[in-house]
Amino acid sequence: MTIRIAFKLFASLSDYLPSGHRGNRLELEVDEGITVAEMIRRYNVPERSAHLVLVNGHFVPPSERSRKRLAEGDELAIWPPIAGG
Amino acid sequence: MGWNRKVLRVDLTAGTCTEEPLNMQWADEYLGSRGLATKYLVAETDPKVDPLSPDNKMIMATGPLTGTMASTGGRYTVVTKGPLTGAIACSNSGGFFGAEMKFAGWDMVIFEGKSDKPVWLYIENDKAELRDAAGLWGKSCWETEEKIKEELQDPLVRISSIGVSGENEVLYACIVNDLHRAAGRSGVGAVMGSKNLKAVAIRGTKGVSGIKDFGAFLKATSDAKKVLADNAVTGQGLPKYGTQVLMNVINEIGALPTRNHRDVQFEDASKISAEAMHEKRESDGKTHLVTNAACFGCTIACGRISEIDKTHFTVKNSPQYWGASGGLEYEAAWALGAANGVGDLEALQYANLICNEQGMDPISFGATVGAAMELYELGILTDDIIGMPAPFGSAEALAKMVEMTALGEGFGKELALGSKRLCEKYGRPELSMSVKGQEFPAYDSRGIQGMGLAYATSNRGACHLRGYTVASEVLGIPVKTDPLTTDGKPELVKAFQDATAVFDSAGICVFTSFAWTLADVQPQVAAACEGDWSMEKLNEVGERIWNMERMFNNAAGFTAKDDNLPPRLTEEPAKTGPAKGLVNGLAKMLPEYYQVRGWTPGGEPTAETRARLGL
Ligand code: SF4
Repeated sequence: MTIRIAFKLFASLSDYLPSGHRGNRLELEVDEGITVAEMIRRYNVPERSAHLVLVNGHFVPPSERSRKRLAEGDELAIWPPIAGG
Repeated sequence: MGWNRKVLRVDLTAGTCTEEPLNMQWADEYLGSRGLATKYLVAETDPKVDPLSPDNKMIMATGPLTGTMASTGGRYTVVTKGPLTGAIACSNSGGFFGAEMKFAGWDMVIFEGKSDKPVWLYIENDKAELRDAAGLWGKSCWETEEKIKEELQDPLVRISSIGVSGENEVLYACIVNDLHRAAGRSGVGAVMGSKNLKAVAIRGTKGVSGIKDFGAFLKATSDAKKVLADNAVTGQGLPKYGTQVLMNVINEIGALPTRNHRDVQFEDASKISAEAMHEKRESDGKTHLVTNAACFGCTIACGRISEIDKTHFTVKNSPQYWGASGGLEYEAAWALGAANGVGDLEALQYANLICNEQGMDPISFGATVGAAMELYELGILTDDIIGMPAPFGSAEALAKMVEMTALGEGFGKELALGSKRLCEKYGRPELSMSVKGQEFPAYDSRGIQGMGLAYATSNRGACHLRGYTVASEVLGIPVKTDPLTTDGKPELVKAFQDATAVFDSAGICVFTSFAWTLADVQPQVAAACEGDWSMEKLNEVGERIWNMERMFNNAAGFTAKDDNLPPRLTEEPAKTGPAKGLVNGLAKMLPEYYQVRGWTPGGEPTAETRARLGL
């Protein structure tokens, strides 16, 4: 079984998006039950650069990334360390 | 010493410039810049003074680290009673002007009275004189810089000036230095205009002397620079993407105020983001962003320098705007864009250029346009009143309104009063997205709860730079807290407010606080300044400054009732995103905050708190 999710990599991480993306967002079919940590590994995003990880806008702390499973329609968004003001 | 121990007092009524010693006892209690200048203002000005009258004073001040080798040590502040709010105003700017004031041998310049004709102040080291500004009045900040440099035949002079907006007393006029750096908020430029003071030009060649322990200072500043370089945010994120990298983040977490805070997510956020500034345009194949830029002595270099699309409707007949210039930063991009539903990056840059050229705060201007657009959508403002259709999302209306406001034409005169006065005039005061009359910056407090309290209690009206809990609630600096709850936020807000007062008063940029804590600042201050500058003392100084500002506002007539948020944020739940269904929990946080601060339930520092802080 597969599910559809949106995968979004921002700032310097956009280089890790597979081809076919428009802007910073790509819709993907992935295996049901895939975790956030597996997504990060699968797309070679360096772990220390995956700083701000959000699923549907909610923060997923590092300790929960290998437990947090994605569901149909989820939006996974990742930023390197950034700030503004 | 850190300080030059010298104040320049300019009496604009009498036309005199007088030197006086810096009050060193106050320097010991309030450090410098924001804190010290506010102490002078409080001591010398009636809190009930009309901000635009000759009796108001305006102080330009440096901190002990301004002009030194401390990273970001180029900051200066403008302190006065603000015309937009009627509260204390303290606007901070980078660039090179502040360092130059220090190099000329001064810690601060106090302006009082009002000149009977337009003048500008020229400072060359110890020498200070007022000069006739008849030929500069009516000119933009950019032209003023050019003309003064020409008159002095000195390309290295550093200049702060007001544009036509400041002359016209636009209530959110700012003071622009080095072309695109600004003491931006609360209308300090209108105060300068009300005094008939067009510009201050400084040439200083003395350098900074009198660092208390030079060896220790060299070590402290080098260590601190290494912290900035090694930190991924200040070492890589900010230089590469600038502050505007937040556009997509804040949209994703559902806290990007959109269309006058009707929505919390903007469908075109990605089009006006930092990432979009790096993308090649279809029209000319160039990226919007040209390079990053740094203020004096800054090793972060977050500034943006961009080139507008020459074919864009806003500038296709105006080649004077085609060159590289400052912008867009996050706050400006949000206020001119999402706040109005405008997703056209080039139009935002155009509006930003006009704000820099004529000296207006793009946050308050943009947010006021947002309010006007909502009044238009409700049928309260009409094509006739505004002079054009002005629905949300109209880049044309934005471009026209920025010109009209900057130059004081037509409906621009009403926009010049800010959203509070505009919405009151048209019978819908609740639609002004402001606190104490000053418009919100780019964070919706339904999605970032702590910011609601930070805004409500900010001493200069709604502002993100008085207590930036976004750092913790969203970015995890120094520790991650949950943006959707109110728990622990009163303590967090207080901690940010007090620490920020110290950063500001030292003369460094608050963006260092993404990597530095007070523990990184303390050795730099201690090595530069005479006296005991322990962590404990710095914490106390921060708290003292906050309470002093509060007491000025209380004496000016502000009460606990003014620590509020518009009903939209406390009664209308967010429609989408993680905060869907939530309002801001200010009512819960505020009493707790007063307690944490040692204030009465009416929001006044108790006698005990005042005694503890020596106020
Ligand atoms: S971090 Fe940015 S705003 Fe602060 S001093 Fe450096 S360039 Fe200027």
